[in-house]
Amino acid sequence: MSSAEKIVIETQLDDHHDDHHHGAPKGLMRWVLTTNHKDIGTMYLLFSLLMFFIGGGMAMVIRAELFQPGMQIVDPDFFNQMTTVHGLIMVFGAVMPAFVGLANWMVPMMIGAPDMALPRMNNWSFWILPFAFLILLLSLFMEGGGPNFGWTFYAPLSTTYSNDSTAFFVFSVHIMGISSIMGAINVIVTIFNLRAPGMTFMKMPLFVWTWLITAFLLIAVMPVLAGAVTMVLTDKYFATSFFDAAGGGDPVLFQHIFWFFGHPEVYIMILPAFGIISQIVPTFARKPLFGYASMVYATASIALLSFIVWAHHMFTTGMPLAGELFFMYCTMLISVPTGVKVFNWVATMWRGAMTFEVPMMFSIAFIVLFTIGGFSGLMLAITPVDFQYHDTYFVVAHFHYVLVTGAVFSIMAGAYYWLPKWTGHMFDIGLAKAHFWLSLVSVNVLFFPMHFVGLAGMPRRIPDYAVQFADFNAIISIGGFAFGLSQLLFVAVVYKCIKGGEKVSDQVWEGAEGLEWEVPSPAPYHTFETPPKIK
Amino acid sequence: MTGKQSSWLLSAAVFANNAVAEEMPLNMTQGVTDVSANVYDLHMIIFYICCIIGVIVFGAMFWSIFHHRKSRGVTPANFHESTKVEIIWTAIPFLILIGMAVPATKTLMAMEDTTNADVTIQVTGSQWKWHYKYFDHELEFYSLLATHPEEIANIREKSENYLLEVDRPLVIPVGKKVRFLITSDDVIHSWWVPEFAVKKDANPGFINEAWTRVNEPGIYRGQCAELCGKDHGFMPVVVIAKPIEEYEKWLAQEVALAKKAKEEEQKLLAMNMSYEELMEVGEKAYNANCAACHQMNGEGIPGVFPALKDSPIALGDVGKHIDVVVNGVPGTAMQAYGKQLGLKDLAAIVTYERNAWGNNTGDAVQAAEINAYLTGN
Amino acid sequence: MEQQKPQDNTRLVKKLVVTVFLMFGFGFALVPLYDVFCDITGLNGKTSQVAAETSDTVDTSRTVTVEFIARTQGNIPWNFQPEVKRMEVYPGEMHELNFLVKNNSVNNMVVQAIPSVSPGMAAAYFNKIECFCFNQQPLVNGQSADLGLQFYIDKDLPLEYTTVTLSYTLFDISEKIEKDDFNKLFTADTVSAP
Repeated sequence: MSSAEKIVIETQLDDHHDDHHHGAPKGLMRWVLTTNHKDIGTMYLLFSLLMFFIGGGMAMVIRAELFQPGMQIVDPDFFNQMTTVHGLIMVFGAVMPAFVGLANWMVPMMIGAPDMALPRMNNWSFWILPFAFLILLLSLFMEGGGPNFGWTFYAPLSTTYSNDSTAFFVFSVHIMGISSIMGAINVIVTIFNLRAPGMTFMKMPLFVWTWLITAFLLIAVMPVLAGAVTMVLTDKYFATSFFDAAGGGDPVLFQHIFWFFGHPEVYIMILPAFGIISQIVPTFARKPLFGYASMVYATASIALLSFIVWAHHMFTTGMPLAGELFFMYCTMLISVPTGVKVFNWVATMWRGAMTFEVPMMFSIAFIVLFTIGGFSGLMLAITPVDFQYHDTYFVVAHFHYVLVTGAVFSIMAGAYYWLPKWTGHMFDIGLAKAHFWLSLVSVNVLFFPMHFVGLAGMPRRIPDYAVQFADFNAIISIGGFAFGLSQLLFVAVVYKCIKGGEKVSDQVWEGAEGLEWEVPSPAPYHTFETPPKIK
Repeated sequence: MTGKQSSWLLSAAVFANNAVAEEMPLNMTQGVTDVSANVYDLHMIIFYICCIIGVIVFGAMFWSIFHHRKSRGVTPANFHESTKVEIIWTAIPFLILIGMAVPATKTLMAMEDTTNADVTIQVTGSQWKWHYKYFDHELEFYSLLATHPEEIANIREKSENYLLEVDRPLVIPVGKKVRFLITSDDVIHSWWVPEFAVKKDANPGFINEAWTRVNEPGIYRGQCAELCGKDHGFMPVVVIAKPIEEYEKWLAQEVALAKKAKEEEQKLLAMNMSYEELMEVGEKAYNANCAACHQMNGEGIPGVFPALKDSPIALGDVGKHIDVVVNGVPGTAMQAYGKQLGLKDLAAIVTYERNAWGNNTGDAVQAAEINAYLTGN
Repeated sequence: MEQQKPQDNTRLVKKLVVTVFLMFGFGFALVPLYDVFCDITGLNGKTSQVAAETSDTVDTSRTVTVEFIARTQGNIPWNFQPEVKRMEVYPGEMHELNFLVKNNSVNNMVVQAIPSVSPGMAAAYFNKIECFCFNQQPLVNGQSADLGLQFYIDKDLPLEYTTVTLSYTLFDISEKIEKDDFNKLFTADTVSAP
C-alpha cells in the first residue's frame, strides 16, 4: 500500500450475469487447462517448492562430499554435474518461478484486476517449465553425464570440451527463457493496462512496482541469454567460432555476453524480494512504508545500474585498467540505492508499534542477512582485493547470503504472509516458528564460515580440499544438512495450512492494507471482476 | 546480526592477525609482496567500514525492535517520508564510497604495471596441470599434482600439503620483478598464488600478463581458480622463492640437467630397456599420471573413463595404443601425453598398460618406438 | 473487467515482443560490437588484421623491447619457433623476422596462427605490414616452412610501455576445412611459404 488511503469496493460478488460457472472446476484437468491467475500462481509455487528440494538434494550431495577431505561419495566429474545443476535449478527452477508464482497470485489482486492480461499465455508460461526441467534432470542420466561446466557455462569448457548433454541443456534453458519472457510480458501488460481506475502508478503497492521493473529487466536480458546459449550450441555442433580463438573468436566474449544477462539476472532475483519485504514490514510495524517514492526510484536506479556492472565478474580475465576502474566504480555505486532501501525499512519500523509474527521474523532476518550479503558484495567490488576473493568460497558465501537469506527468506516471508489469504486458514504458528528459528541458525552455520574458508584460500567448484579447510567444511556441511532438514517443516506447515486451520478474517493481519486484504480469505476464485474504486 | 555479534566479528578479525590464524584460518593472508600487503590492508579497511555501518544500522534496527513494540503499549507514529533524510543517507554512503575508491584505485594502478621485469616466465594451464617455461633460458617443465591417489581415496593418511604439492614447483628469485605470461592449452584456467595476490585467467589463444616481487624466501602454494573440468581441484600452483644467488645456482643446474636429459633421451633411442625396468618405471609413471582417471587397478570408471584392463586398445595393435597415449583422443578427457612425458616414461607406461592387471601381452615398448611416433615416421 | 480494450493489450504486447527480438539480436550484435568497441577504445590484446601502412619516421629517443612467443595448441606435432625471442627496436623502425614451422606428423595438416599481444593496450600500436596470422597454413607431412612477419612499433606507443610481447598460437584447423578445399591445398604446387 502506498499510503493510508481508504479503498472502497463497489461490488465483490460475481453471481450476476456471467456465463462461466462460479468457483473452481474440479478434477485434474482443472490444473492442466486453467487460465486462472490464482491456480497458475499455486502451480508455480508448488513447482518451485519441488525444485527447491531437488536442487537442495544436490546441495546435500555436494556438502556430503565436502564434509571431509578426500573423495568419499562421488567422483569429481559427477560433483561438477551436481554444482552445475544445483545452480541451474535454484536460479531457474526455484527462485524465479517462486517470484512469478507470487506475482501471479498477488499482482492482479493488488491492482484491482480480475486476472492477468493474457491468461492463456499464462498457462503456457507455467506448463513449459516442468517440461524444461524434466529435460535438464534427465540429461544427468545420459551416458557421459549431465552438464558439468557450472551454471555459468563458460566456453570453451561448455563448447569444445563438454559432453553431449550440452544440447539438452541448451534446449532446456531456451524453454525456461521463453517461460520467463512470456511471464514478464504478461506482468507488464497487466500492470500497465489492468489497474483499477484511480490506481495511478505512484499508488501501486511496492510489490507491484518491483515486479514491473523486474519484468522489464527480464525482457531486456533473457533474450541475451538465449543468444549466448545458442552461440554455445552452434560453436559446439555447427562449427561457428564465437568463442574459439582458432576461428578468430574469443572465449572472453562469452563471459561478456553471459554476464550482460547474468548481472541483471541477479537483480531479477532480488527486486521482487525487496517488494515483498516492503509489503510486510509496514503491516507489522503498523506504520506506512517510509519513503515510498524513494523506494520506487531506488529500485529503478538499481535496475538501470545493473546493466553497466557486468564485468565485475570478470576482473581476472585480463581487462585493461580503464575497464577495471569503470566497473569497480559502477558496482560500488549500486550499494547506494540498495542502502537507501535498507534505511527506509528501518525507518518504517522506527516508532512503529511492532509485533513479530512469522512473516515479520523472516523479514527482519532478511534485512540483516541480506545486508551482510551486501557488505561482502561491496568488498568484492573492490577490484584489487577481488583478485584474492574471485572464484573462492568468499564469493559463494556472498551470493548464498543474498540469494538464500535474501531471496529465499523473502519468498518464505511472502508465503507465510499470504498463505492465510490463499487458504483461509492461519498456519500452525508453532511449527512455523520452529521452521524460522531452525532455518535461521542452520543457514548461518552453513554459509557464514564460507567467508572464512574463502579468505583462507579455498577455491570454489572443487570436490576436495587441502587439510587446513577441513574443520570449517565439516561445520558448513552440518549446517547444510540441518538447513535442508528444516525445510521439511515448511512443507509440513504449507500442507497443514492447505488442509485446515483456524479461520482468518479478510484482513488477516492487523495493520495489513491493500486491495488484497479487502477480499475474503480464502480469496474467491474470481476477484475484482468489477474493478474497485480507488480514492 | 546484533551489535554484539558485529563486535565479535571485529575481534575475530583482530585475532586473525595473530598466530591463532595458523590453526583456524579466518582471514586473508598478508602475503609476501608489497602488493599483497596493500591488498590485505584494503580488505581490512573495507571490512571495518562495513562492520561500522552494520553496527550502526543493525543497532538502530534492534533498538527499534526492542523499544517500538506493540507489546510495550506504544502508539505507532504516522510519518512516512522526509526528503532531507533521504538526501542525507544517500550522500553519506556516496562519500564513504569515494573514500574507499581512492586507495583502491591507487593499489590497482600499481598492480597493473608490468614494465621493467627482471625475469619472464611463460605459464600455460592445461587440463589438469601447469607448464612453466623460463623465457630467457632453455628450461621448461610440467608441474603436476604430487599427492598420491591413495591419499585422495582415503587409503593413506593425508600429508600436510595434501592437494597443494607438485612434482616440479616453479622457482623464482626473491626481490626481483617476475613477470608471468599466462595462457591456456585448452579451456580457461586461472593461475593464483594467494601470498602474491596474483590471480590471472589463462585464456586459450590469448596471453595475459601479471607480475610479482617476492620479499621473503619460502614456498608458496595456490590453486587453479577457474572451473576447468574434472580435476579443477587437483592442479595446484607451487612457487619457491629463492634468494638471488641460490636462484641463479638452481637455474644453472636445471638448465644443465635439462640439456643432459635431452642428450640421454637421444642415447635412449639406440638402447633397449629390460622388461622388468619398463614395468617398474611404468607402474610408477602410470600411478602418477594415469591412475587419476583409469584408476590404479586399471578398471577406470564405467561410462566415464574406460578400463585399460582387458581393453582392446591395450591388448591390440601397439601402434594404435602408442597413438592414444602420445596424441590423446580429441573430444574426450584423454590428453596428449607426448609433450608432457619423456620418452622413457611413455615407453614404460605403454609397456605397463599392456601387461598389468592380467593383460599380459608380453609386449615391451621401447623409447625409439615412441620417438618414431613423435617425429612422424 | 473492461478497463482497457483488448486492442490496447495487443499493441503493448506487440511492442514488448519486438523488444524481445531486438534484445535477442542485440546479444548477437555484441559479437561484432565487442571488436568495434575494442578497436575504438584500444582496450584489447587483439592486433588489427589490416596490414598497416609502412612507417616513414623513426623515433630514436627510446627503445622498446619486443618479445616473441610461438606455441602450438594442444598436442599438434608441429615445431614452431621464432628466429629470435627478443629484439630491441626504435618506435617507427621496420623489422622482419621469420617463424619456423615444421609438420612432424604423418599427415598433411592445415594450421592457423592466432596472435595475441600483451600488454593489451599496446596491441593497437603493434603494426603488422605483413603477417601470417589467421592465414590457413598447409604443410605436407614432414615439411617445414619459414613464415615471415614484418612490423613496426607505432611512434605513438605510450611511454609507459617498454616491453611488448607478441604471442602466436598455432591451432590445427584441418578438421574445420571442407574435404575438397583441404585437398586443393595440397596440390603439386603447394606453396609452403607466403
